[in-house]
Formats: sequence, structure tokens, C-alpha cells
Amino acid sequence: MSVGATASGMSGDPYKLGYSHHGHLEPGTDEATGHGEGGPASKRIVVAYGFWIFLLSDIIMFSAFFASYAVLSGATAGGPTGRELFDLPRVAIQTLCLLTSSFACGLAAIATRLRNHLWTQIGLLVTGLLGVVFLALEFQEFTTMIAQGAGPSRSAFLSSFFALVGCHGLHVTAGLLWLGTMMAQVFVKGFQPPILRRLMCFSLFWHALDIIWVALFSVVYLIGAYS
Amino acid sequence: MLGKLSWAAIPFDQPIPLFASAIMIVAIIGVLVWVTYKGFIPYLWNEWLTSVDHKKIGVMYTVLAMVMLLRGFIDALMMRAQQAMAFDGPGYLPPEHYDQIFSAHGTIMIFFVAMPFVIGLMNFVVPLQLGVRDVAFPTLNSVSFWLTASGALLINISLVVGEFARTGWLPFPPLSELQYSPGVGVDYYIWGLQISGVGTLMTGINFVTTILKMRAPGMSYLRMPMFCWTALATNLLIVAAFPVLTATLSMLALDRYLGFHFFTNEAGGNMMMFMNLIWIWGHPEVYILVLPAFGVFSEVISTFSGKPLFGYRSMVLATMAICILSFLVWLHHFFTMGAGADVNAVFGIATMIIAVPTGVKVFNWLFTMYGGRVRFTSPILWSIGFMVTFVIGGMTGVLLAVPPADFLLHNSLFLVAHFHNVIIGGTLFGMFAGYTFWFPKAFGFSLDERLGKIAFWFWITGFYVAFMPLYVLGLLGMTRRMQHYDVAAWRPWLIVAAVGAVLILCGIAAQVAQLIVSIRNRERLRDVVGDPWDGRSLEWSTPSPPPVFNFAVLPNVVGEEPYWGIKQRALREQRLGEEPAYEAIEMPKNSPTGFVTAFFTSVTGFALIWHIWWMVVIGLVGAFATFVVFAWRDVDEYEFPAEEVAKIDRERRRVRAEAIAAMRQPA
Amino acid sequence: MNASSNTRDDQRDLAPGDELITDGDVASGLLGYVIGFVLALGLTACSFYVAGSDLIWKPGIPTGLIVLAVAQMGVHLVFFLHITTSPDSTNNVLALAFGVLIVVLVIGGSLWIMAHLDHNMMPMDKLMEMQR
Repeated sequence: MSVGATASGMSGDPYKLGYSHHGHLEPGTDEATGHGEGGPASKRIVVAYGFWIFLLSDIIMFSAFFASYAVLSGATAGGPTGRELFDLPRVAIQTLCLLTSSFACGLAAIATRLRNHLWTQIGLLVTGLLGVVFLALEFQEFTTMIAQGAGPSRSAFLSSFFALVGCHGLHVTAGLLWLGTMMAQVFVKGFQPPILRRLMCFSLFWHALDIIWVALFSVVYLIGAYS
Repeated sequence: MLGKLSWAAIPFDQPIPLFASAIMIVAIIGVLVWVTYKGFIPYLWNEWLTSVDHKKIGVMYTVLAMVMLLRGFIDALMMRAQQAMAFDGPGYLPPEHYDQIFSAHGTIMIFFVAMPFVIGLMNFVVPLQLGVRDVAFPTLNSVSFWLTASGALLINISLVVGEFARTGWLPFPPLSELQYSPGVGVDYYIWGLQISGVGTLMTGINFVTTILKMRAPGMSYLRMPMFCWTALATNLLIVAAFPVLTATLSMLALDRYLGFHFFTNEAGGNMMMFMNLIWIWGHPEVYILVLPAFGVFSEVISTFSGKPLFGYRSMVLATMAICILSFLVWLHHFFTMGAGADVNAVFGIATMIIAVPTGVKVFNWLFTMYGGRVRFTSPILWSIGFMVTFVIGGMTGVLLAVPPADFLLHNSLFLVAHFHNVIIGGTLFGMFAGYTFWFPKAFGFSLDERLGKIAFWFWITGFYVAFMPLYVLGLLGMTRRMQHYDVAAWRPWLIVAAVGAVLILCGIAAQVAQLIVSIRNRERLRDVVGDPWDGRSLEWSTPSPPPVFNFAVLPNVVGEEPYWGIKQRALREQRLGEEPAYEAIEMPKNSPTGFVTAFFTSVTGFALIWHIWWMVVIGLVGAFATFVVFAWRDVDEYEFPAEEVAKIDRERRRVRAEAIAAMRQPA
Repeated sequence: MNASSNTRDDQRDLAPGDELITDGDVASGLLGYVIGFVLALGLTACSFYVAGSDLIWKPGIPTGLIVLAVAQMGVHLVFFLHITTSPDSTNNVLALAFGVLIVVLVIGGSLWIMAHLDHNMMPMDKLMEMQR
């Protein structure tokens, strides 16, 4: 009734690690290919993987809104349609903003890897500013549409449009709040391990938001404007 | 100033809710006063409320589940009484009230009994079985629990202040839209579930990460205990399904609060979309409920048969098959909504296919018992009761999967009998078996076995007496949720069903008695060694209760059933393994983050329900501030010195060495 | 979460978002992002152009746009999120595949079901007739 006796892990261990499920590993080798034979993974991997799973769950939530939009996109109830409402030049600028902010986020990640405070903050700042421009344009779009009488309570199509695009906008807003907090933390505490992990999570989040925007502008705006 | 809230919200003019609220408030205040008077508050705060230890969180989840079981069951008794009485007469519950009761019954039982019970067991057991010290994100785990509790709190507040939804446990539009449910009932439902839903989603993320990325050295996938495999499948389903629930309830909230037209009758809304989306969540949800029960049965049956689980790999395959297939069947909940024969046929066939892996599991359990020396303890009784009961429930499910049959039986009592059959026979029996099985590990003493058996027999007899008549009633044409009826042929069956509910009440009383008696007799029932059942997996290698760090040294896993092999070798050689080299252990610090977050979400939820907008802002700001404060802490771990670790583990080894000396042969 | 000797260096397990790159190798990291950025820009431009022009047969435009969108999502995943097919990335790819499966089921399933439901719905004018 006792647990395996000697100190396991790194040094001269009579209880060899198990085989990997490909069967290639020599018993007793140290290699862990994520199959768990090496014991718990490091904090960095655990945190990033957990956040990855969260992102996938978030994408599934978006897919429910997408499904609603797809089903209700024709239900204009005699009101304005996408073709009448969507301002494609503005959408193009929004897309450029978000894409460039993703690029800036990537540059910030490189600067972080180099532990360069200045360029990390500059990269994050550019990311944030472009995000703010994106949101400002979206806000402008929403207020214009509402003023025209094409608000979310006009028709089911507009409800699903506002909900889907608005959900993305809310996520961007939350991301910007998070970004601000991160920039403050980097400034005050420097590149400590928890801060590095959170920066990695933030960039995962920000890139994922851009991926969702790709689907958004293609399906909602472009298909909607020209169908 | 206070939105829609006024003194009229308190049911002074309705005797039954008033009485129930009074009892609830007296009970809560009584408990709080007693706890304060005994000086337990600092202990409770430091050791339990702010704990990030998966074992404590698991216990708290289970306590929540059991307390809410009492409230949900009282609803059930009231419903059975009403239906037994209300032949050609009004019964004693006015329709507006009866509607709230059956809605609350379903909502509470699924979201605040079954889910917390399942999550509580997984919380306690999975890290121990995986041979690690805690889950991937301990503080997030605490937040998850407190968000669930926050949702439960809101549902309970609806009894005292305001009303509950009258829509049933799933708020189908247009009844749940503002036009037909102008009160706050549906809003209580929406926000209670949104808040606890976030908590559940975070649990899903936590456990998927833990199971996939944190296991003891040597524990490859095919060496994980079966309970961990079912936990993995369950949590994958949570991660995939709960976002859809969040989205759908958000759409309903947008309709109600901001005049959107997702599911309204006019402006192009499509009510059928709600049913579609909610059942995309709803079907995986029932597998979330039942898969952990399957895992419990695998553990219990192999332990008490004294044999390894038969067909481990086919069990793994069956579990993961159920996980994927559960996403392919959701339309069977609305065959009658009119999608047509093609669509109905596809989903009908898929539904029948999903019964196959479950059948594989049942056969594997039977073959595990066959040829073993079965010890008939109460966990095994629950397991055998499950196998009979769940198979019957599953068969009626396959019957309902045939669309033409479903057209007759949809929303009849046949359906009600079916899902109670599988949820009670599956989930609840599994949770009771798991509760009995792991209770000694959690608390250091076993539950009284005699009262456990009494409880089992009352429960299983009561279940059959309460629900078999419902199958008959469904075939006789009785619809669900009827507040009164005038078909004489139905009445005798409903009276029998009410008797069954009383028998179940006796079962619950026996369980309450069991707990009280066991606590009183805990010295006699003490689990000294930590392995009261001759267990096979790693949790039984720890003391009862385990120290906060679970294992002094993470075990090395060299085969399936890691603990069994080690135990047999120790018994054979009449000695423990060598003492390991003890090192200091870093554990996460306790944190009030969960509790404080839940406080703010409760405030926000209540404010949203009653349209108190300034309070909503305060709640949201408070929640964000809590997050920032939490993110800003410098020290999030504390160190357990090596000498402490050594002392605790040497005691464990001493007790076990004595136990070996007392036995001469392998079990 | 604990500092015991059993955690490993994870040389063979990659966090999502991490790339297999040594510190200081700025150039190749930068190049990855630049290529991704340029490709994404190009695909975006294509999408906007395709939507408004006669290049593609009109009924085929939605399909074309979806293809371009999926391609761009792939560019993001590979160049910005560093999702690769190496064995170190297996867990990450599997999780992504699971997510994609669910998304396809939710959106595709909903469209299929709702289309059938709508098809079988009584037309509005007949419904109004019934009300009278």
C-alpha cells in the first residue's frame, strides 16, 4: 500500500518512465511529448493550453451567434437590408486596423522575447490604438444605423447583426481593458514569469479576435452587401 | 431608484411562498447565528471559503448539491400532491404558482443539484487519481464554485423577492418573451444560469487542461483511471456546449431587455431557432450529467468485484464515441416541430446509434463483475440498481428516438418518466455511489453502511413506484405539467406516483440520518490507513483525508491500476518501498477572489433582474476591480517545508507498514 | 504550480502561441509575422475585390468569399499563432480540430434544420387566414 518509493524524475530512477504511445521511446529516457509521461507540464504550457481551450469555447459561442445571423439574415421584416446599410469602405478600414494591430501585437511578442521594455510597450500601444480606432468606427456605424431607424429592434436581421458584430466589439473592448492592465503591469513589475504568461495569453486572444473578424467581414459584410 | 423593485415583490398575499420563504430565511439565519456563536467564522473563512484546494472545493460543491436537492425535492412533493389531488378540482396550488414550481424543480435539479454534484466529485477525485497536487488553475476553480453558488443564491432569492419563471426549465419563446412573461421570473432564470454557466465553463477549461497536461510521471493516456477518462469527455462537452447556452440565453435577454427580435413573433423573429440552439446545448448537457456517473460505476464495480475493469480500451473508445456522438442527436428533442421526415430520420438513427457505446459499457461492467468476488456494499447496490434502472430508461429513450412514436409521446408523461429514469437511475445513483465510496477519503471516516443500504432500498423502490406509473400515464395520453385534469383513468396512477415520492422522501431521510449518525460515530468508523475498500487507483494511496499537497512525492506510474500493482508487491514482499527524498512543496495560496467575485456577480444579477441600472454598473466595476487586484498580487504560492512534508508522509508510511504486518496475503 | 523535481523542460511540448525559436533570433520571427501580414492583406484585398466584381459567377461569390476567409484564418493560425503540424503541437491541433468540428455542426446543423423547418411552415397569408 505504498506509493512508488524513490524520488522520481531526473536522477537515476529505477522506476523507468513509461513508453510514449508511439512505442518509440527507450524506457528511462527523459522525453515527454505532451503525452504526460514526463509528469505535469510547466506552468507556461498549462496556462497557454488552458487559454487556448477557452478561446475555442469563445469561438463556439460566436458560432451560435453566427448561426443565428445566418438563419435570420433574410428576415428584414420589410426594413433595410444589408446591401442598403453596409458601408464597405469603412469595413475595409476596420479590417486594416485590426489586421495591423495583430501584426503590431506580433512585433510586441518579439520585443518581449528580447526583454526589450521600450519596444514591447510601443508595440502594445500601437496594438491598442488601432483597436480603439476600430471600435470608434464600429460605434460610428452603429449610431448611424440606429439614427436611420435601422436599429436592432427594427427586424430580426438587424437584431442578429447587432448582436454578432456587437459581441465581437465587446470582446475587443474587454481586450483593450486587459491590454491597458497588461501595459501597466509590465511597466510596474517588468518581465516576471506570470506577466510573460499573461502577455502570451493576451496575444492569443487578440489574434483570435482578428480571426473572428475575418469570418465577420466576409460573411456579414461582403456576402451581405452583394448577395 | 430601485428599478422595478418594490414591497409588492415580497409574496405577502401568497401563503405558500410566504411560508416557504420564512422557513428558508429562518434556517439560513439560524445556521449563521450558530456558526458565529461557535466561533467558526475565522475557520470557515480561512479553511473553506477562501480555499483553492480542489478537495475542499469538491466538498463545497457536493454540499451545495445536497442542500439544493432538498429544495428541488420539496418542489417534487408539492407537484405530486397537486396532481394526486387535482382530479376534477383545482387541487391546492393555483396555476401561476404550480407553473413556477415545476420550472424551479427542473432548473434546480439540473443546474444546482446534478451539475454541482458531478463537478464536486470530479473536483475531489480527478487530481488524486491523476497523481498530482491540484488542478491546473486552482483559484479559477474557486471562482467557478462561487459563481455556481451565486447562481443558486439568485434562484433562491426568487422565492422571497419576486417570482420565478413559469416557462418550464427551458424558457421557450414566445412564452418567455416580454409580452407573455412580463414579470421578473424569466430574468431570474436567465441571470442565475448565465452566472453559474460561466463558472461551469471555467471548470470545463480547468479540467480539460488538468487531464491533458498534468498527470503523474508515467501516466500515459491509457493508464488513466476510467473516472478520469469520463471526466475528460464530460469537460470537453462542457467546453463545447456551454458557450451555446450562454449565447442563446443572451439572445433571449437581448429580446427582453433591449427589444431585439431574435425569437419574437413579429419583425421576423424565429422562435424555432431558440429550440434549435438550446437543444444543441441541452443534449450534450445530459451526457455531461451521465458520463461522470459511468466513471463512478467503473471505479466502484472494479473495486468491489476485486477485478480490473473489463475491456478498458473499449471503455475508453465508447466514452469518447459518446462524447462526439452526443453532438449529433439534438433534434430528437423537437421531432414534432416540423423539420420533416428526412431530417427526423437522420437524427432518429443517430440517436439510436448513440445507445450502442452505452451498451458496450454495460456489458463491460457485467463482465467485470462476472468471475469476481463481489462485496455487496452500498456503492455496489447503487451500481446494480443503476444498471437495471438505466437500461430500462435507455430503452425507452431508444423507443422515443423513433420519430413516429415520438409524435405520440412527445411532452407526455412517458417522456417525463424516461428522463427521470435515466437521470435518477444514472446520474443520481452514480453520485450517491461516488459519495459513499469517496466519503472516507474526504473526511477520514466512513458512512454508516446500514443506513446507506436502507436509503438505497427506499430510493430504488420509491423511484419505481413514482415513475413507472408515469410511463403508463404517458401511454394513456396524459400531457406533462398539468395543473388539473378530468380523466378518471389517470387518477389511480397519480396517487401511486405520489406514494412513490413519499418513499423517496424516506430514502432522503435515511441519507440525512446516515450523515448525522456517521458523524456521531466517526471514531468507530474511522478510516485509519486510507484504503477502506481495497482500492485500485492512486487516491487510495494517500491518507484519509489527504494532506493539502496530496502526495509527498508524485508517484511514478508503471502500469494500469497504478496503486494495485504497488500494493500487491508490498504485500508480497511484506515491506513498503524505500523512503523517498522529501523536498519542499509549493502550494497555491488561498484567495478571497472567488467569494468576492461571486458577491459582485450576485449584486449585478439582482440589479439586472430588477432593472436597477446604477447597481449593475457598481457590480461590474467591482468584478473588474477584483480581477485587477487578484492579477496584481506578487506572491501567489507558499512553501511547505520539506520537514513538514516528511513528517506527514512518515506517519502515512508508519500506518501502512503496520497494516501490512497485520495482513499476511494479498486481498 | 509546484517546484518539485517532477516538472519537465517541455522541450518537446509546445504551448499554443509559442514558436520553436531560440531567443535572440529576431529575424526569422519577424519574417514570419511579415509574411503572414502580407498574405492576410492580399487575401483581404481579394475578398473585397471578388465581392464587388464580375470575376466570379455571381451565385458562386458567397462560396468564394468563404474559401478566402478560411484561407486567411489559416494564415493567421500558422503565422500569428504558430500552429504547426509538428508532434509538439499535436494537443493544440487536436483541440482546434474539435472546436472546428463543433462550429461546423452548430452552424451547418442549424442552417440545415432551420431551412427544413421554414420550408414546412405554413405560408404567412394562410396563417393569417386561419386567424380570421
